[in-house]
Amino acid sequence: MEYFLELLLGGLTRGSIYALIALGYTMVYGIIELINFAHGEIYMIGAFTGLIVAGLLTMLGFPGASILAIALICAVIWSAAYGYTIEKVAYKPLRGAPRLSPLISAIGMSIFLQNYVMLSQTSDFLPFPELIPEFGFLKEYNSVMSSSELVIVAATILSCIGLTLFIKFTKLGKAMRATAQNRKMAMLVGINVNMVISATFIIGSSLAAVGGVLIACHVGQINYYIGFIAGIKAFTAAVLGGIGSIPGAMIGALVLGLTEAFATGYVSSDYEDVFAFSLLVLILIFRPAGIMGKEKTQKV
Amino acid sequence: MNNPVLNVKAVCKDFGGVRALDEAELSVNDKEIVALIGPNGAGKTTFFNCITGIYTPTSGDVLIDPAAKGQAVRINGKKPNVVTELGMARTFQNIRLFPSMTALENVMIGTHCRTKASVWGAITRNKATREEEQAVIKRSYELLQLVGLDEFVNELAENIPYGKQRRLEIARALATDPFLLLLDEPAAGMNPQETKELEALICQIRDQFGISIMLIEHDMKMVMSMSDRIYVLDYGRMIATGTPQEIADNPAVIKAYLGEDDDA
Amino acid sequence: MSNLTQETSQQSFISFFLTAGCDSVAHAVKKSFIVAIWFVFLTFPIMVIQVNTIEKTVVWHWNKIGYVAIAVFFGSFLWRWLLARKELKKDESTEETRIEGLLTRIQSHPLLKLASLGVLALAAILYPQVFDLYQTNIMVSCLVYIVLGLGLNIVVGLAGLLDLGYVAFYAVGAYAYALSNMHWGIGFWFALPLGAVLGTLLGLLLGFPVLRLRGDYLAIVTLGFGEIIRLVLENWGDITMGPSGISNIARPGFFGMKMSIMDSTIYMYYIMIGLVIFTIFCVNRLQNSRIGRAWLALREDEIACQAMGIDKMKTKLLAFALGATWAGMAGVIFAAKTTFINPASFTFWESAMILSIVVIGGMGSIRGVIAGAVILILVPEYLRNFAEFRMLLFGAIMVLVMVFRPQGLISAKRKIYKYEASNTASAANE
Ligand SMILES: Nc1ncnc2c1ncn2[C@@H]1O[C@H](COP(=O)(O)OP(=O)(O)OP(=O)(O)O)[C@@H](O)[C@H]1O
Ligand SMILES: [Mg+2]
Repeated sequence: MEYFLELLLGGLTRGSIYALIALGYTMVYGIIELINFAHGEIYMIGAFTGLIVAGLLTMLGFPGASILAIALICAVIWSAAYGYTIEKVAYKPLRGAPRLSPLISAIGMSIFLQNYVMLSQTSDFLPFPELIPEFGFLKEYNSVMSSSELVIVAATILSCIGLTLFIKFTKLGKAMRATAQNRKMAMLVGINVNMVISATFIIGSSLAAVGGVLIACHVGQINYYIGFIAGIKAFTAAVLGGIGSIPGAMIGALVLGLTEAFATGYVSSDYEDVFAFSLLVLILIFRPAGIMGKEKTQKV
Repeated sequence: MNNPVLNVKAVCKDFGGVRALDEAELSVNDKEIVALIGPNGAGKTTFFNCITGIYTPTSGDVLIDPAAKGQAVRINGKKPNVVTELGMARTFQNIRLFPSMTALENVMIGTHCRTKASVWGAITRNKATREEEQAVIKRSYELLQLVGLDEFVNELAENIPYGKQRRLEIARALATDPFLLLLDEPAAGMNPQETKELEALICQIRDQFGISIMLIEHDMKMVMSMSDRIYVLDYGRMIATGTPQEIADNPAVIKAYLGEDDDA
Repeated sequence: MSNLTQETSQQSFISFFLTAGCDSVAHAVKKSFIVAIWFVFLTFPIMVIQVNTIEKTVVWHWNKIGYVAIAVFFGSFLWRWLLARKELKKDESTEETRIEGLLTRIQSHPLLKLASLGVLALAAILYPQVFDLYQTNIMVSCLVYIVLGLGLNIVVGLAGLLDLGYVAFYAVGAYAYALSNMHWGIGFWFALPLGAVLGTLLGLLLGFPVLRLRGDYLAIVTLGFGEIIRLVLENWGDITMGPSGISNIARPGFFGMKMSIMDSTIYMYYIMIGLVIFTIFCVNRLQNSRIGRAWLALREDEIACQAMGIDKMKTKLLAFALGATWAGMAGVIFAAKTTFINPASFTFWESAMILSIVVIGGMGSIRGVIAGAVILILVPEYLRNFAEFRMLLFGAIMVLVMVFRPQGLISAKRKIYKYEASNTASAANE
């Protein structure tokens, strides 16, 4: 039973991280119908920025909790800046190009960013400082749930609620929904579509950065490659939930996280990634619209 | 002789909650020119999509009988390419040529389902393949001549004037060797002179190839002068059918087109 | 007089270059300045600060700020100029570059064509005689990549299906030979067709379920498949020997003769030349055939294609399986060439590399893919100290190519179908 609980919580934690990344995929896809291949790299850059800032502050002797907060803020700022810039450089000039072009551009961007971080920093694993303090009240349950897991799940829930409220009630959120439904129409009614797209990239990237810093705290080490696998898995989550749908991404991420946790816990840990990829392949083949998505008929 | 080549029975098509086609019935006889008219958004294009396999009808039957001998085959639910192979070819309302292929290549694509060169044939380029290729080029060229586009043989489709692109689509559809040609607003965007020429071309195609033609068209003058029979679609329903004269006199049709007055 | 016009045209070029996309030079400088500052900010933490959290040391690379600022400042002029030029040249996209023009001229002149082919053939034959083992080996790798690139080109370039798991078929070919050689002593010449057949079969098997998907989903699913295959190779130790791989794979035999490494490398080289020629021959004929036309049409408009009677699935499957066939063969050759394989040779990077060859070289263009392979494989080999920047540059170039020159280095050239004049005349007389 305890093992089951441990797996359940592990799955929730994983799922939370996937959700934070998957939201970016799903939002971008909803608006410009592009799989932003470089999104996993944004997450990785968030983790690296967090590591650099946290490392500096630790050496300067800042207290633990404030380091986490500052590191998170910096990670969000820089990841958002990268997301914004990537869109301007690699995707915006390709609006209206054949569908394959921005996708290839995205793959190129992903390759570039991975190598950029590897060359600027290192190709080895870097230890990530422990920023999340051990909570006293969790001591008794330590075997099933660590404080970093609690922080991750809580942060994800907060981010998701915040995002949902933002999309629902703010003007920009409404503009986003309108653009996602029909870009031409949105433009006609005076929505600044370029700004909406930029905002989408910025928000998606910020969420990924939060995910990057938190998971780095939890796992304790990062390297330039973490974005690739996490990116594909988060994409799987987004597709599983129905790409383009925000609640779908959250549900898909949870399903994926739990599936992975239980499959590795009860079946075999060697094939950890195989489960996720197989799930991806199976969904795409049997239900490409995902759990929450709707089948669209192309108008002829 | 009086077996229809196309017989559509009670076809319905729903998009979500919207019923775009509601028990539509229609038949086309051998070597007949049939027009399908109706106000914008009536469901005419949807009707074409349903009978050519692009959409699957929600209910109802689409039956074809290429030889008009009373041996009808049910085709709803079949893929578009199968439908084309069975002998129904179409053009599109919003022209769908292959923009970066030449006019000739566009027509050559139409012959695809009537030819059979395989990978092996393509690599070895054996006698059968070479002969087939020659025949395809010849036939495609002749079709281009028929529609008056021979001067554009090696021009990319996207560089051909708009009105002529519609003619190219007709040539491409003819290359599939159909028994029934479906034209979706072939005269859209054409001036009266071009429309007249198109009308002559359509009649010529019917006589020369001995095939049936069904067209969606908004140009009433053209429809009235060339069709043998007319169907009128309104809100997904066939509200009238008959000869041009009967349709012109039908109060329901007049109401459908000028409906707003009566409703008010 | 002519001097003067030249001068003014030069002047206008410079001013166009400087002010592209801006109102004035001052505006342009200001813009570039802002962009440079932005990029300095952007790259600051990752490029400038290196912290070591264990030893608690920080290394600051302040000089990198300068490099970034200068590079971005000047680069942004270039960027705007290229964008503006692309806008201007939109209508003349079919215009050939100088190199393409030269190639066309050579090809259209029978004597020149023969001569250049002769020179190429001679160079290919003499290459291993002139250069040493090391160079020959590199050339063999390059030739393997040409074959892989041409194979993937069928899938991506001709049929427009983005396959990010191409390396899976390559791996299957390599493991098929390695394992069958280890267990049953099956030789290279038998394994080569075997690899091809296995590649085709796997291509059909994988393609069948996934090819129904839309373009971008297809990319991800194939990526997933590629990773699954690699992970299985890594973890299924009983069969595949796991991460440590399989060594002592037999090199190709020549009627049972024993060969030195030098000789067998040269032998390998000639085998590869043969395979490259065979591949070029097949791909060229395929793309100008009924099937090739259907691929092209499918890439342009799937719905119109189906409405014209083309079986979408079958046509796509054909491309996918044919691409896989060549990957399977290349895999066998790779195993025979290196005599050692492990799953690390078949990562996503390998797929990405082959894809960049195709994209940068020119999708759908045989000459382009060859040029792509030569540039992307040979250049980094010879510029050793730049080798670590290889993938960085490939990524950047992929983006730049997509933005500024989507047709690649050498754009695809299609056959022009001619209708014989005599027939035309007689038809016109009717
Ligand atoms: N794929 C689709 N999804 C949802 N609704 C659709 C789809 N295709 C058509 N419709 C709807 O079905 C109705 C009929 O459309 P259709 O295109 O068949 O009209 P039409 O008679 O061809 O009009 P027009 O003369 O303007 O071409 C319209 O209300 C249209 O919005
Ligand atoms: Mg219509």
